[in-house]
Amino acid sequence: MVDPIKVYPAKPSKVYFYGTCLVDMFYPDAGMAGIQLLEREGIEVIYPEDQTCCGQPAYTSGYHDEARAVAKAQLGLFPEDWPIVVPSGSCGGMMRKHYPALFKDTADDVKAAEIAGRIWELTDFLVNVCHIKLDDLGEPTTVAMHTSCSARREMGVAEVGPKLLGQLKNVNLVEQVRAEECCGFGGTFAIRHPEISGAMVSEKVDTLVDTGAKEFVTTDCGCLMNIDGYAEKNHKPVTGQHILSFLWERTNGDGGKRS
Amino acid sequence: MSETAQHSAHHIDVKEFHPRARAAIHNPQIRQNFRKAMDGLMTKRKSAFEGWDLETLRDLGANIRLRALANLPDLLEQLEQKLTENGITVHWATDGDEACEIVRDICLARNAKSVIKGKSMVSEEMELNHYLEEQGIEALESDLGEYIVQLADETPSHIIMPAIHKNTEEISQLLHDKTGTDLSHDVEYLTANARLQLREKFMNADVGVSGVNFAVAETGTLCLVENEGNGRMTTTVPPCHIAVTGIEKVVPNLEDVTALLALLTRSATGQHITTYFNMISGPRKADELDGPEEVHVVLVDNGRSTIYQDDELLDTLRCIRCGACMNHCPVYTRVGGHAYGTTYPGPIGAILMPHMVGLDEGRHLPTASSLCGACGEVCPVKIPIPDLLVRLRQESVDGDTVHPAKVAGHGAKRSTVEAMIWKGWSWMHARPGIYRLGTALGARFRKLQPGKIGGWTQYRTAPKLAAKTLHERMKERSQ
Repeated sequence: MVDPIKVYPAKPSKVYFYGTCLVDMFYPDAGMAGIQLLEREGIEVIYPEDQTCCGQPAYTSGYHDEARAVAKAQLGLFPEDWPIVVPSGSCGGMMRKHYPALFKDTADDVKAAEIAGRIWELTDFLVNVCHIKLDDLGEPTTVAMHTSCSARREMGVAEVGPKLLGQLKNVNLVEQVRAEECCGFGGTFAIRHPEISGAMVSEKVDTLVDTGAKEFVTTDCGCLMNIDGYAEKNHKPVTGQHILSFLWERTNGDGGKRS
Repeated sequence: MSETAQHSAHHIDVKEFHPRARAAIHNPQIRQNFRKAMDGLMTKRKSAFEGWDLETLRDLGANIRLRALANLPDLLEQLEQKLTENGITVHWATDGDEACEIVRDICLARNAKSVIKGKSMVSEEMELNHYLEEQGIEALESDLGEYIVQLADETPSHIIMPAIHKNTEEISQLLHDKTGTDLSHDVEYLTANARLQLREKFMNADVGVSGVNFAVAETGTLCLVENEGNGRMTTTVPPCHIAVTGIEKVVPNLEDVTALLALLTRSATGQHITTYFNMISGPRKADELDGPEEVHVVLVDNGRSTIYQDDELLDTLRCIRCGACMNHCPVYTRVGGHAYGTTYPGPIGAILMPHMVGLDEGRHLPTASSLCGACGEVCPVKIPIPDLLVRLRQESVDGDTVHPAKVAGHGAKRSTVEAMIWKGWSWMHARPGIYRLGTALGARFRKLQPGKIGGWTQYRTAPKLAAKTLHERMKERSQ
């Protein structure tokens, strides 16, 4: 659940960037966009080379020994006390909220709790720490937004995406019905319960199509892969993008070319 | 487990979650009934809390429940003492079978042939109706929804609205077939007829059985929330009233009830208050005109004291049975309550039932969630349901040597293949060099990636690996 009180740090000169495995392998553009947005705010971005995965897939599947081994390999990557920003509510939630539970009763408990306290979802960080001001250079367009459940409920950033998109003068943000309902991804849930997950994503895509928007943006690559993959397979007239890619493309001044 | 009670007339195999869920997904009527009902309930809840400081109220509710649970053994003793002082007979049952036997013995002592029931989920846990039937005692449900599912020879599909899976057409047909009412979509007409049928039963029943929403230790008061008046009839008209309740329903004092009641009715049906709120504090006194001659309370454990002993799982017992977690659960909305095959369906059922049936039987229950967190977000007493689902997933695969599994039937879901996959996954992701090599190779040979990935590509295209990983791009950038 959302932290009762979120205390934002002052804008730092450096941050660690934790890219997440889905961004690394499937959506590196979103990662590059996030890094460039931070750099444009005058922040030096440190990308620890040895990062792999936060451990969430094994954790939510119940394989906590395996999750802990992977998570432990991340604990040493952030030696300075700079904030750690993550372009994903889900991986952010894992590291911020679940690391303390995962490392409870182990020698790494203090370290895990210390790192958990420095984890920020990137859009939240851009708005509430960087106080970013966006200058929209794109063509007029209509978009819908899907906020991941972990971004919404674990990281408490449901208001942030619309705030960012609201700064873009040529972007008309439309809201789908049941915006807060899960898209049906849920990691291994989509594989374990394909019919239920399929029913959830089909309704999610229908609500997005019903808005009339041809594109949607989202905070999380898992949701993106799920919603976009369903829309593509079933020839639905809507495509998705990570919100960071969208923001960068519209504001970087090179005519919307991918970074 | 007591010897005599191996009754399981309507036992549904919990393990069959998958086929039942699949059937429900492909049943447009079920899908439509639940979607419509849940959308309505979500909207009503939202408007019922308008103008309230919901978070503060939820904190209060959670704290009341936590305080009660922290003192549970003492409160139960106090409750027993106060109930006894009030002239109520207290019985303790370790499991559902023993609870059934207690009810049977009370009925036998009164030579009772018919029992009228108010809504009680604990009696569903006990499968009391079928047990009594086997004993030659008629047990009739008097809550309209329960009456409907009983006529249909079904179990409730929701803990507050047991017949929510049926629409008016289906109910009209059922009442016509079973009770001879005219086929009509006039809800007023159908309700009036059902009421007439039930009235007669109330007047002639030998025993009334009800549930309990809150049992107040300080005063020995049984609180009962309802809308139809059937709870009041059940507890006052027959000469004997038996209340069955889980041991966790006790709260210290009446003041606690006000906050919990405010949360319960708004969370459940979006009502500010229900039509009836019964407070039962004893049998009929000498100078009183109505009320039962005897009142019994059966305090049922049925696995609860085992949950109680675990600091984390204990939170399950905070539940005040509002059903809000079901109403907001995207999985429950798609498959309906019967798919779960359990007394309590939905998110609360997924964390409660494994303790009642064991993780060998209930091993699919904790996986039937995308961990979206909607259940935890609406729970009026802040049960961390998603965290408990993860805990039970860990228990069901014995996946943690630091915090070993404890729940009955733990490890039942562990398969050698799945365990090997996670071991391999862990091995690679704990070794940055291997991970970089593997992902870079994946990117290089992405054309070779499979187009079909199990259940994923049944509904979606396969995810596409990028031409270069973020790692590679950052490496190039720094050079």
